[in-house]
Amino acid sequence: MLPANSAILMPVRLSTIVASFALALFLNFLPWRDLRLMPDFVALALCFWCIRQPRLVGLGVGWMLGLLTDAGNGVLLGQHALAYSLLAFLSVWLSRRILWFGAGLQALHVFVILLIAQGVALLVRVASGNAFPGWPIIVGPIFGALLWPLVTWLLLLPQRRAQREQAI
Amino acid sequence: MDYTPPPFFKRGPAPLVRLFFFATLSLALLVIDARFRYVEGLRSWLALAAYPLQRAALLPFEVGERVAGYFSTQARLVAENERLRAKALEYSQDAQRFQAAQAEAAELRRIINAGERLDLKAIPAEVLYASRDPYAHKIFIDRGAVQGIRPGSPVTDEAGVIGQVTRVHPLVSEVTLLTNPDQAVPVQVVRNGLRAIAFGGGASGMLELRFTAANAEVQNGDQLVTSGIDGTYPSGLPVATVVHIERDADHSFARVLCRPAAGVDRGRYVLVVANESAARPPRPEEIQAGKDRREKSRRAKKAAPVDAAKEKEPEAPKESDAAR
Repeated sequence: MLPANSAILMPVRLSTIVASFALALFLNFLPWRDLRLMPDFVALALCFWCIRQPRLVGLGVGWMLGLLTDAGNGVLLGQHALAYSLLAFLSVWLSRRILWFGAGLQALHVFVILLIAQGVALLVRVASGNAFPGWPIIVGPIFGALLWPLVTWLLLLPQRRAQREQAI
Repeated sequence: MDYTPPPFFKRGPAPLVRLFFFATLSLALLVIDARFRYVEGLRSWLALAAYPLQRAALLPFEVGERVAGYFSTQARLVAENERLRAKALEYSQDAQRFQAAQAEAAELRRIINAGERLDLKAIPAEVLYASRDPYAHKIFIDRGAVQGIRPGSPVTDEAGVIGQVTRVHPLVSEVTLLTNPDQAVPVQVVRNGLRAIAFGGGASGMLELRFTAANAEVQNGDQLVTSGIDGTYPSGLPVATVVHIERDADHSFARVLCRPAAGVDRGRYVLVVANESAARPPRPEEIQAGKDRREKSRRAKKAAPVDAAKEKEPEAPKESDAAR
C-alpha cells in the first residue's frame, strides 16, 4: 500500500540531493532585502529529503548543514545546527504520516516543523542576549510552507522524468 | 523467542537517540563558542567551505550589473562623466588644502610634542552579503587574512564609519555594523569637542549616545566624528548626526539618537582601514589585570611563604605580559 498521491518513482540519485542542498545554501546566501520575510531554503530542502528519504538524509546531514549556515552567517556556532537537527528529527519521525496527505495538508505539517525549527534558533538567539526580531519572523515559515508544493514538484522532477522515459 | 531483524533493516540508533546526541553536541558547541571562543579554527574551515557558494550567490548581481552597464545610454554616461569631473575638481581643491593643512598640523603637533600621527592604509573590499540572522547587524566582505585584514580594523565607506572587523577568515571577513547593540564607538561632537560613546540602536538602524549627562551640550544636527582616543578608530572619521534628544528630569542621562553618516545598511564597496598600532601606553584593563595578578601572587606569597621561591619564576613572564 502506498500513499495516495505518490506514483512509483525511480530511486533517488545522491547527486540530486547534494545539488539541491547546494542550491538551497546558494539561495540562502543571496543578499535578500529583509531576511525575516524569506523562507529558509536549506530548512525546506532538508525537510523535503528527510520526509522523502529518511534513510539517506537525517539528523547528521542536518547538523552539518546547520554548522555551515552558522559559520557562513557569523552567528553563534551551533544555533542552526540545533534547529536543523530538531527539524530533521521531526521530519524523519513524521515522514510516514505526512506522505499520506495531499499537498495542502503536507504544507501545513511543514509549516509547523519550520516554525518549531525557527523558534529554536530564535530561542538560542534571544538567550544569548540578542533582541527579539519582531513578529515578521513568522512570515518566513509561512512562505516556506507555501513553497512546499513547488519544492516537491521540483525536487521530484529528476526521479519522475527518468520514470517517464523508461515507460516509453 | 529471540528475534533480531536481518541486517537488511538495520537503521542505526533510534531517531530520538540521535536527536539527543546532536542536540547535546550543538548545545556544547554553543556554550563553547559563546563563553570560550575555542572553536574559531573550526569556524574558519567551515567559512572556507561555504565561500564558493557565497561567491556564487553574488554572481547574478554582477552579471545583472554588467548587462545593465552594457545597455546604459550615452546621455547617462555623459551626465555621469560631467558629475564625476566636477567632483574630481572639488576633491582636488580639497586635496591641495589637505596637504597644506596636514603639513601645518604636523608642525603644530611637533611644537606641542604630541607625537607623529600615522598615515592610514586602506584596503578596498566588496560586501559579499549580509548575515542571514536578521538582527546580527553583520556583513561579510571579500577580503580576509590572506589579503592582510586584521581583526579590529575599522571599516568605512565614502561617507563615514560603518563598523569594525570582528572576525577574519582566510578569504572573507566579518564586519560588525555600528547599529549592532553590542558595538560601541568613541565619538566627539565636532562643534564643541564633547566626548561620548555611541552604541548601536539595534532594529531602529540608529545610534544612541549612552551616558550623556542630561545637561550635556548636544543639539539636533550636531556632527559626530570618531575621537580616536581608543586607538582603534582613527580620529576624525564621520560617524553620525544627532537627530533626536530627549531630556527627562527623572533620568540623569539624556537620550540622544543619531543617524549614521555612512550607508550602514546599503552600499557595495567599503574600505578597511588598517590600524597600525602606534606605541601606546597599556590599556587600563591590562594594567588592572597586571595589578590583580601581582596582588594575587603577593597574597599567595603571604599565605604560603614556603612557596614564594616557586612562585617567583612563573611571575616574571606574567609581568612582562602586563607591561606589554
